[in-house]
Amino acid sequence: MVETFAALAEPNRFRIVELLLRSGARSVNEIGERLELNQPQVSKHLRVLKEAGLVDVEARARQRVYELRGKQLRQLHDWLERYRKVWDARFDALDELLEELEHGERKRDKLTHGKLTHDQKEKSHDRKK
Amino acid sequence: MTGRNDSVHGPKTGTEVERASERELILRRTFRARPRTVFDAMTKPELLKRWWAPRSLGVVLISCEADVRVGGSYRWVFGRPGETPMAFSGVYKEVVPGARLVYTQIFEPMPATGEGLITAVFEEVEGGTRLTQSELYPSKEVLDGAIASGMERGMRETLEQLEALLPDLEKAA
Repeated sequence: MVETFAALAEPNRFRIVELLLRSGARSVNEIGERLELNQPQVSKHLRVLKEAGLVDVEARARQRVYELRGKQLRQLHDWLERYRKVWDARFDALDELLEELEHGERKRDKLTHGKLTHDQKEKSHDRKK
Repeated sequence: MTGRNDSVHGPKTGTEVERASERELILRRTFRARPRTVFDAMTKPELLKRWWAPRSLGVVLISCEADVRVGGSYRWVFGRPGETPMAFSGVYKEVVPGARLVYTQIFEPMPATGEGLITAVFEEVEGGTRLTQSELYPSKEVLDGAIASGMERGMRETLEQLEALLPDLEKAA
């Protein structure tokens, strides 16, 4: 887990992960062509990604292909999703409060500007209760 | 590589979370209220109490003190009923009502994890306020640790659910 983010923090490595995510298993040469990187660069990045547990390598025919290892990415995504839900619940509660605050303030503005009749004032007062 | 990291979006209300760097999380949300109102709701204790611990989270905000000025401190005590309360505390670094709020944050049960820095920016947009809240963790290890412990908790919950299911499965077998 600790290594996942360092591995993804390098833009080209992130692009490699994105490419593997979109298009499945790819060889070093294919990755290099698609992202316009030379082969030693790609190999170096793939080594870091492999050490971080983000990709797996497999021998296929005469070449080695690299593929995303889903687990670590899923863990990160799941955690972010839980974190998002906590804040979403808070912000939903905040939304309700804000509506009440804004609504209440508009009512007060109207009252201070004397635009409401006595009857309307009574009604608005009743609603607040 | 801002904006390109893993991020998740809510389908309905649109709270977005993004791990913007190895030690920073960014939350974004739009509210249908003026920046000043959102700012007040996030700083005034009597208002904070009404939203920060919604019932669905299962925790309650027990007390909430905030001296909202540069150098002023705050302390929010929260917990689950029947359990030992926990607290977040810190100091306000920048206070620009309706626009910007920067404060430090320590999770008191785990002082060794150090001090985080929270920056909330309130931006007026059509029909409301766009909030961008950055949480800068003291180090990459602390954020990784938070994620790892969250994982463990998630796993434990899953196991507990599985355990609860087992008797039924046994019966069915």
